[in-house]
Amino acid sequence: MRREDTPEEAAFRQEVRSWLEANAELRSEQLAAPLDHSPEAEARAWEAMKVWQRTKYEGGWAAITWPEAYGGRGGTPIQQMIFNEEQSNFDVPIGFIAASLGMIGPALMRYGSEDQKKYLPAMLRGDEVWCQLFSEPEAGSDLAAVRTRGHVEGDELVINGQKVWTTSANFADKGFIVLRTNPDVPKHDGISFALIDMNQPGVEVRPLVTMRGDRHFNEVFLTDVRTPLDHVVNGIDCGWPVTTFTLMNEGAFIGMTVNSLTTATAMIDSARETGRLEEGVVRQRLGEAYARERVLKQLQDRIKASLLDGRAPDVDGSVLKILTSEWGHERAVTATWLQGAAGMLTGADAPGMGVWQDQVLARGSMAVGGGTLEVHRNGLGERALRLPKEPRFDRDKPFKDLKTSG
Amino acid sequence: MPLEIQEFNLSEERLEFRDTLRRFFEESSPITEVRRVMEGDSTGFAPDLWKVASEELGLAGIAISEDLGGQGFGLKELSIALGEVGRSLAPIPLFASAALAGRVVAAVGGEDAGAFLRSIAEGEAATLAWVEAHGDWDPAAVRMEIAEQGAEIRLTGEKQFVVGAHAARRFFVIAREPGSHCDEGMGLFSVEANAEGVAIDAKESFDLTQPLATLRLDGALAKRVGHQGEAAPGIRIGLDEATALLTAEMVGGMQKVLETAVDYAAERHQFSRPIGSFQAIKHKCADLLIDFEGSRTAADAAVMASAEGDPERSLLASVAKSHVGPAGLRMATESGQIQGGVGYTWEYDAHLYYRRALASAVMLGDETMHQERLARLVASRRLEGAAQ
Repeated sequence: MRREDTPEEAAFRQEVRSWLEANAELRSEQLAAPLDHSPEAEARAWEAMKVWQRTKYEGGWAAITWPEAYGGRGGTPIQQMIFNEEQSNFDVPIGFIAASLGMIGPALMRYGSEDQKKYLPAMLRGDEVWCQLFSEPEAGSDLAAVRTRGHVEGDELVINGQKVWTTSANFADKGFIVLRTNPDVPKHDGISFALIDMNQPGVEVRPLVTMRGDRHFNEVFLTDVRTPLDHVVNGIDCGWPVTTFTLMNEGAFIGMTVNSLTTATAMIDSARETGRLEEGVVRQRLGEAYARERVLKQLQDRIKASLLDGRAPDVDGSVLKILTSEWGHERAVTATWLQGAAGMLTGADAPGMGVWQDQVLARGSMAVGGGTLEVHRNGLGERALRLPKEPRFDRDKPFKDLKTSG
Repeated sequence: MPLEIQEFNLSEERLEFRDTLRRFFEESSPITEVRRVMEGDSTGFAPDLWKVASEELGLAGIAISEDLGGQGFGLKELSIALGEVGRSLAPIPLFASAALAGRVVAAVGGEDAGAFLRSIAEGEAATLAWVEAHGDWDPAAVRMEIAEQGAEIRLTGEKQFVVGAHAARRFFVIAREPGSHCDEGMGLFSVEANAEGVAIDAKESFDLTQPLATLRLDGALAKRVGHQGEAAPGIRIGLDEATALLTAEMVGGMQKVLETAVDYAAERHQFSRPIGSFQAIKHKCADLLIDFEGSRTAADAAVMASAEGDPERSLLASVAKSHVGPAGLRMATESGQIQGGVGYTWEYDAHLYYRRALASAVMLGDETMHQERLARLVASRRLEGAAQ
């Protein structure tokens, strides 16, 4: 599975590394201060992320696999992989912009009109950042149950409803939204996918604070929000295929970031320093965490190897998603356990500036965001193992006649 | 249509090789035949099957070079063959002879190693006997001391938990120089199975298709393998390779367990639906797949590291063994549960795989032993890194 770079790939890697060295700082091994989730800090982080996106754009690295016509590099998935590997060694603010690009970009390239594709370069430059307006209070795992309505009025679509769990809606300039445009047909047949301007009257964003204290999520209330009809992607009532395509891309981005502060090796280092590596049970739990990290890496290498051969990944992405989420959380809990009584503290008073406590509380974003673990297990059962689906009652009835909880 | 899991990291030639072996074991060692041997005596050995497997298919010497009478392939091919043995539970000593004895002898080397490997390649089965009553898999824990009388070496004492003992024509025994400790003075010695002072006690074994035995030596004549005082590194490399290969055999059984459970869940109807359409069962099946994917990936990485002499060979063997053992046991447990009432009958095969999963999870060290080893290996590597 492990494979050396070809000479061309090695040259590309060197080029990436030189550019990163000139434009970014290497990651440090320790936090200087606790992670800051205050609104002010998040606004600063957002600006830094935009600056880094612009820097990458100017260097020609913003989207390696995108065609040059849209501001990309026209490169290969392997080159993108090499860039991501190298970038993970540097202290750079990646995250939301990259994820949003990775979702809406491919969807526009695949389903968008030529006019809609004109948004791509500004997206890549970080000038316009996009948020994903998908989930609703009554449409979580069952996304096709969205109720936010879209009415056609002249050459405009008028939107009313509520979205939730919208990451970075408070900062985003644009949004891509999933709407109900026809409630009289079965649920999947009356959905549209539209592009909207977030900076207009009628868009009200209220932050949702997570248990970790961050404010990445928002509720978005939409009252008579307008967008031109030519901002509907793939035609009125034909938005479901675009939606599922976008979600497939979302999965590919989760779990990509590496943080060297929160590895099993870092735990083994600290256990050695505190003398606790002398305890058998400590060695066992840290050995287990280390083995899991290696197994996860080996699974990722399998996906890479499929990419390198130009094949579809030969291990289902949901396997990685579930393991990354469950093992990541258990590792963080083990790390706070290893801290003993100090594990009850957090922030600057906890060992390592509370980086592990922060990880423990980040569980929800991995185990629910991007599809719950249960939805992914359904996917494994039905897609990978070809088990029969649950009987469904919502396929053929008009949407307006379906039962709901609210 | 029954579930068929796609292989990964296999070239077309290797896939063809796997297909040939799968057909061979399905035809020559169906589960009815495995049960016949299991219920017949306590040897756990089908001599006729072994003869065909070693002489016609060349499995006994698959990873032994051609000039020593082997097939000249590598550990990856041996791991494929072991996977099919794990899948079929075929009662042949491929693991004991080719993986355990074969790899340790090859790694220890010395002037007689070639002749020993040649006889293994020819199908004269061998095995490794090292664990003693304390049950510690670490060869440093061996207490049996050699007795030298002139040019002769004699061994006395008991070796426990010996796999493939009844099939073995020769035992490779780990013993030590009198008064020595740990790796110093550790040595490898060959003992002929039919020599005077050699007895085998069959043990009532939890794994019915691969019973264990105690080897009793009473002044048995032994021959040193390799050079005096230099055997320890080879013994450790050989055991790491055997550990990686064992995980490949385990994964073969796990694949069968997964396929059986998923096929059952798709076919068995209750409440007018296939039970696999219920999330309670579907999610169990998904968990079987998750355990299987992690395990086969780890086993493959460990085997490739051994095949390539990677410096991370020991580390990756422990990653694989610590992961595959508990995963295999979970899979066998849950596969039985998915099969409901029949899943715990004597007649259904679920328990045979469960028994193998439990025994293999312990063989060559359970997960806690390998986890501890990992923590120590990583810590010492970090210290070396810091010192540089």
